[in-house]
Amino acid sequence: MMNSITINNLTKRFGNFTSVDSISFDVKEGEIFGFLGANGAGKTTTIKMLCGILSPTEGDALVAGFSIKKEPNKVKLNIGYMSQRFSLYNDLTVEENINFFGGIYGLNGSRLLERKQWVLKIANLNGKENLLTASLPGGIKQRLALGTAVIHRPKIVFLDEPTSGVDPISRRNFWDLIHNLSSDGITVFVTTHYLEEAEFCNNIILINAGKLIAEGSSKELKTNYLKNDLYEIECSNVVDALEILEVQNFVEETSIFGNNIHISVNRNFSSTQQIESVLLSNKDIKISRVNKIVPTLEDVFIHLLERDKK
Amino acid sequence: MISRLRAIAKKELKQLIRDTRMLFVIFSFPVLLLVIFGYAVNFDVQNIQLGVYDQERSDISREFINSLTSSSYFKVTKTISNYEDIKQTLDKKDAQVVLVLPKDFSHNFFSAKEPAIIQFLIDGVDGNSASIIQNYVNSAVYTFNLKYQKQIVARYGKSLQIPIDLQPIFWFNPDLETTKFLIPGLIALILIVSAVITVALTLVREKEKGTIEQINVSSITTIELLLGKSLPYLIVALINASLILLAGYVMFGVVVKGNYLLLFMSTLIFLFACTSMGILASVISDSQQVAFTIATFVSLLPSVILSGFIFPIDSMPIAVQILTNITPAKFFIVVLRAIILRGAGLEAFWTQLLYLILFSSILLGLATIINKKKTEFNR
Repeated sequence: MMNSITINNLTKRFGNFTSVDSISFDVKEGEIFGFLGANGAGKTTTIKMLCGILSPTEGDALVAGFSIKKEPNKVKLNIGYMSQRFSLYNDLTVEENINFFGGIYGLNGSRLLERKQWVLKIANLNGKENLLTASLPGGIKQRLALGTAVIHRPKIVFLDEPTSGVDPISRRNFWDLIHNLSSDGITVFVTTHYLEEAEFCNNIILINAGKLIAEGSSKELKTNYLKNDLYEIECSNVVDALEILEVQNFVEETSIFGNNIHISVNRNFSSTQQIESVLLSNKDIKISRVNKIVPTLEDVFIHLLERDKK
Repeated sequence: MISRLRAIAKKELKQLIRDTRMLFVIFSFPVLLLVIFGYAVNFDVQNIQLGVYDQERSDISREFINSLTSSSYFKVTKTISNYEDIKQTLDKKDAQVVLVLPKDFSHNFFSAKEPAIIQFLIDGVDGNSASIIQNYVNSAVYTFNLKYQKQIVARYGKSLQIPIDLQPIFWFNPDLETTKFLIPGLIALILIVSAVITVALTLVREKEKGTIEQINVSSITTIELLLGKSLPYLIVALINASLILLAGYVMFGVVVKGNYLLLFMSTLIFLFACTSMGILASVISDSQQVAFTIATFVSLLPSVILSGFIFPIDSMPIAVQILTNITPAKFFIVVLRAIILRGAGLEAFWTQLLYLILFSSILLGLATIINKKKTEFNR
């Protein structure tokens, strides 16, 4: 399969601050690519560079075959972009918004008409063309924003936290839409805070403080980066329990997940009784459950970010 | 290029039409200014209150007083009979001017030796009016002198020929009406304020709402964006300009003497300069509030004070005269007065237009540089 995006030592500095620090990776054509990282990790800066609106300090990237450094305008013709703010005009109607975005991409006549029908269809807005965009619910706005972002049939679409501030059902519907785009051959490059959404991605990379710290499919990330077994403990007095577990020689890492504790264990670990016996030394702690679990992406990322801190 | 430009202009126009508050401001502002400036700001001095202390009460002293009051410039509001009254009259503002005719007025008047000395006491608090009053008095006395000089000299068997007989005629605005002088300045003022503010706001609004990102990632060029966004406001400004001209004709009888096409082209060039000011203001600011403040400050203040709209530039100190170049209104007012009042052609003001083009280019260049710097440092 061809590469849709090839990134080579991409770096962006703002004064003394390095926002993106020499990252390199490839994105394949037609895949859903998850680009993850904490706030301020450099996600938006990277996307802006890939969209050709910010020039890199060092390095380069080929987007749809064009260099972002030398031919940013050709890059722009081949991509769509949707920001976390759903850049629609609230004081325009649905149809006026579609006409505008079609217009700035040079669509007119029958092509605009055909694409307009398509956008209305995916946003479930047929017959509601004359509604003011301000009156639409968040989920619908989001679908309309995506529709307008790809109205010119780009090869690649960048979605910068497209699901922030949208209810779970709308999020689910939105991901169905992303899958449809991908199966039409459009490469979807998406950033998100929701790790369960990252599971939908074919490939994922994780960046922290501008550096790439992990890459692969969701399955690869779980097996390659998390070698230790993972146990989930459900008990009372979680804080005290965590303090006890942290200092045990068989425990590698601890973290709190909701009301539960996750620990990864090393080769000093023999059985779950080991856990139970150290915890029961404190009379205030009552254990309801200890069992081995399959790691989630969240486990992997917390592990990776902890490791990166050290 | 054209289709993308049209898409932006169309969108902008639709947003403007839907924004009733903005529309109201855009179209009510000129009318308001026109009424205020047209009727309230008036530098014509008429019906000057005259106090008269005629100590002689002779035929000739009465004739002199009548020569003053027969015009619409003076009217007698107070007749004074002693010196103490003069001070009181001026203190209480019962009169702006007091005329004192001495006891020996007619004696000296006809003597052909000593001139008759008369006294005018003018309230000098309002310096501008005072000097206008002085001019009226001078010319009244001059006319009166002229009338009697020959007669008196002839009485003594001599003839007199005056070396210079001054006959001033005011061109272009023969009656020296302030409104005729103000209307061109008013057009410039209204256009610059509305154009700078609307353009500054429309660009910053996109920044504030985040919609600018979507436009940035499209293949639209900066020129297409700026032109497309300014175009609707350009049309609005041209409509405004025509409305003011029409109102100027209906309310104050101001007629355009020159070429309408020339007027239109010059207005376009001026609006281009205003637009570049608006663009610069929007590049500097990140919120509509800041943009509005900057736009108002750079457009309203200089175009009232420094443009020559009201205060003549020639009488400002040199340093301030140099400062006046910061407002494009200064140059446009020269052009407007030339076309509207004098009916002059391009040869009279092409340097002004050239300056306006230069002004816009510098501002646009500056805006581009700052914009680039800002995107480089904003994450």
